[in-house]
Amino acid sequence: MTRIWLEFERPIADLERKIEELQTIASDESLDVSEEIEKLKAKSAELKKQVYSNLTPWQRVQLARHLNRPYLSDYIKLMFTDFLELHGDGCFRDDPAMIAGIGKIDGKSVVLVGHEKGRKTKDKLYRNFGMAHPEGYRKALRVMKIGEKFGKPIISLIDTPGAYPGIGAEERGQAQAIAQNIKAMSTLRVPIIVIVTGEGGSGGALGIGVGDIVLVQEYAFYSVISPEGCASILWRDAKKAPDAAEALHITAQDLLKLKVIDGIIKEPEGGAHRDYEKSASILKQTILENLNHLSSIPPDALIEKRLNKFESMGIYKKT
Amino acid sequence: MWFKKKRGLKPTPRREVPDGLWLKCKECGEILYRKELEKNFWVCEKCGYHFKMPAKKYIEILTDSFVEKENSIETTNPLEFKGYSEKLTADFEKTGLKEAIVVGEAKIGSHRVALGVMDFRFVGGSLGSVVGEKVKRLIKLALSKKIPLIIVGASGGARMQEGILSLMQMAKTASALAELSNAHIPYISILTNPTTAGVMASYASLGDIVMAEPKALIGFAGPRVIEQTIKQELPEGFQKSEFLLEHGLLDIVVPRHKLKTTLMKTLDFFSRCKSGCASGTKNHR
Repeated sequence: MTRIWLEFERPIADLERKIEELQTIASDESLDVSEEIEKLKAKSAELKKQVYSNLTPWQRVQLARHLNRPYLSDYIKLMFTDFLELHGDGCFRDDPAMIAGIGKIDGKSVVLVGHEKGRKTKDKLYRNFGMAHPEGYRKALRVMKIGEKFGKPIISLIDTPGAYPGIGAEERGQAQAIAQNIKAMSTLRVPIIVIVTGEGGSGGALGIGVGDIVLVQEYAFYSVISPEGCASILWRDAKKAPDAAEALHITAQDLLKLKVIDGIIKEPEGGAHRDYEKSASILKQTILENLNHLSSIPPDALIEKRLNKFESMGIYKKT
Repeated sequence: MWFKKKRGLKPTPRREVPDGLWLKCKECGEILYRKELEKNFWVCEKCGYHFKMPAKKYIEILTDSFVEKENSIETTNPLEFKGYSEKLTADFEKTGLKEAIVVGEAKIGSHRVALGVMDFRFVGGSLGSVVGEKVKRLIKLALSKKIPLIIVGASGGARMQEGILSLMQMAKTASALAELSNAHIPYISILTNPTTAGVMASYASLGDIVMAEPKALIGFAGPRVIEQTIKQELPEGFQKSEFLLEHGLLDIVVPRHKLKTTLMKTLDFFSRCKSGCASGTKNHR
C-alpha cells in the first residue's frame, strides 16, 4: 500500500523522507550517519507530537477518511477467528456496503455487523464506498437477531459517509429500514458494543449505532450531516467544510462532552492507518473488556439501561 | 434611462400560507378565495392540492378537545451555532410557537389520545433536542395513560444546528416507541408534506399504521441530493405519497377532509381489542 500523506503532514513527510534517504546512503556507502539519523528521528518525533496533538476538526475528518485507514475487512482479519460472513437480507439482495457475520473474538462467539468502504477502486465501487442501501440495514438486523436468539453479543463497527441517497434506496424504504433498526436495536436482549472506526455519517451510522456502549476511535468522527453538506446548505459553499466541521462539534472529544458516547479509543500516533496491528489490538482489548463487563448484566437490566441512555440524550432548558 | 432600479428593495418573503384575500394554488394555478380555502381545510377545490397547514389548524380539524402539555421545555443553543438563536427568535415571532411540535392530550370522538402535531414553519419542522424530548414525553404519556399515540409529521429532518444531539433524538424517540410497542399501545403516524430524513428515519415511519396526505413529499434523502448523487432526472411523482403507497411503504393515503373519520375508524378498531391490547378506551360504548 502506498503511503499517503495529508497536506498538514507535509513537514513530517519531508523529515521522514530525509531519514530514509540518509539510511539508504549510509547502507550503500557504509558511512556512519547514525548520529545524524538519531537527531532527525528525535526531531520527527517531536514534530509528530506537536502536529497530532493540535489537530483541527477538519484535519481529524481527513484522518477519519484516510484512504489507508483500516476498514472492517482488515479488522476482521486482525481481531476475529473463525469468521463466517452471512449474506443477504432474505428479501431482495446482498448489500456489499454492509458486512454481517458470526465469529469469535478471543474464543468468545459474537455477531459482527459493520460498513465496508472497499480499498481499491473496483472494490470501492462494489462496496458503494460504504454507503448502504435498505437491504444492507435489513441484513444487519437479520443477523443481529440471530445473535439475540442464541444469546451472542453484538459488535457493530461504523464507518460510512452515510446511507445511500438513490432511487432504489428510496423505493425500498431507506428511512423505514433505518428507523426499524434503531427501534429494534434499542431492545435486543444481548449486549451491543458500537464503535465508530472512521466516518460516523448520520442516519447511515445510527442505523447500526444503538448499543449499550458507544465508543469512538480517537480520530474518527460522528455527525448529523457531512461538513460539506452542512457548508453547502448554510453558506452555499462546500469549500467551507472546515468551518462546518468545527461548528458541528463532531470530534471524539466533542462527542464525549455532549454525552452521546461513552469513551474514546486510542489510536497509534498519526492515526490507525500507521499501524494496523496496534490499532486492532487496542480495539480488540477494548471490546473484550466491555464484553466482559456487559455479559454479567441480566438482559432486562441491560435493556433498561440502554433505553435510559438514549432517552436522556439532548440538551434543553426547563422553565 | 427612464426608470431606475430601486436599491435595497427586499424580495417579499415566500409564505406557506399567504395572508392575502386571494391566493394561487401551487399545483394548478387556480386563484382561490382565502376564506373558501380555509373552509376546505386548505385543500384546493380544483385539483385537491394540500397546502401546508399550521399545527394548531390540524388540532382544530382532528380533535374535539385538546390540552397542550410539555410546553415548558425550551430550546437552547447547545453548540453555540452561529445564527441559531436568531433563527429561533425569528421563527417564534413568525409562528407564535416555541418549537416545531405541539403535544398534548386530545379527545377524538370518544377516544382519548396522546397527540403530537409538527409545524413545518418552525425551523423546517426539524428535530432538535426539544422536539425529541417532547415526542418522548408524549410517548410516555401514552404509556402511562394507556391511550393511543398519534403523531402528525411535517419535517425536513434533523436540526443541523444541534449537530449530533439532533441525530440522537432519532434514537431517543425510537427507543421510547419500542417501549410503547412492548406495551401493545397503538401508534398511528400521519405523514404530511413534507416528512423526510431524520424524522422519517425514526418515529414518523414507526407507526403501527402509517397514513399520508396525498402528494406529500416523503423519504430519506431530499430529491436534490439524490439528483446530484446519481446525476440523472428523477421519475415523475418520485417520493410522493402515491409513489410510496405503490412501493408498499405506506398503509393508506388519506385526503385531509377524511383524516378525522379515518382516524376514528382506526381508533375504534384498536379499542375493540380484547384486554392485553390496551388502548385505554375501555369506556368506549
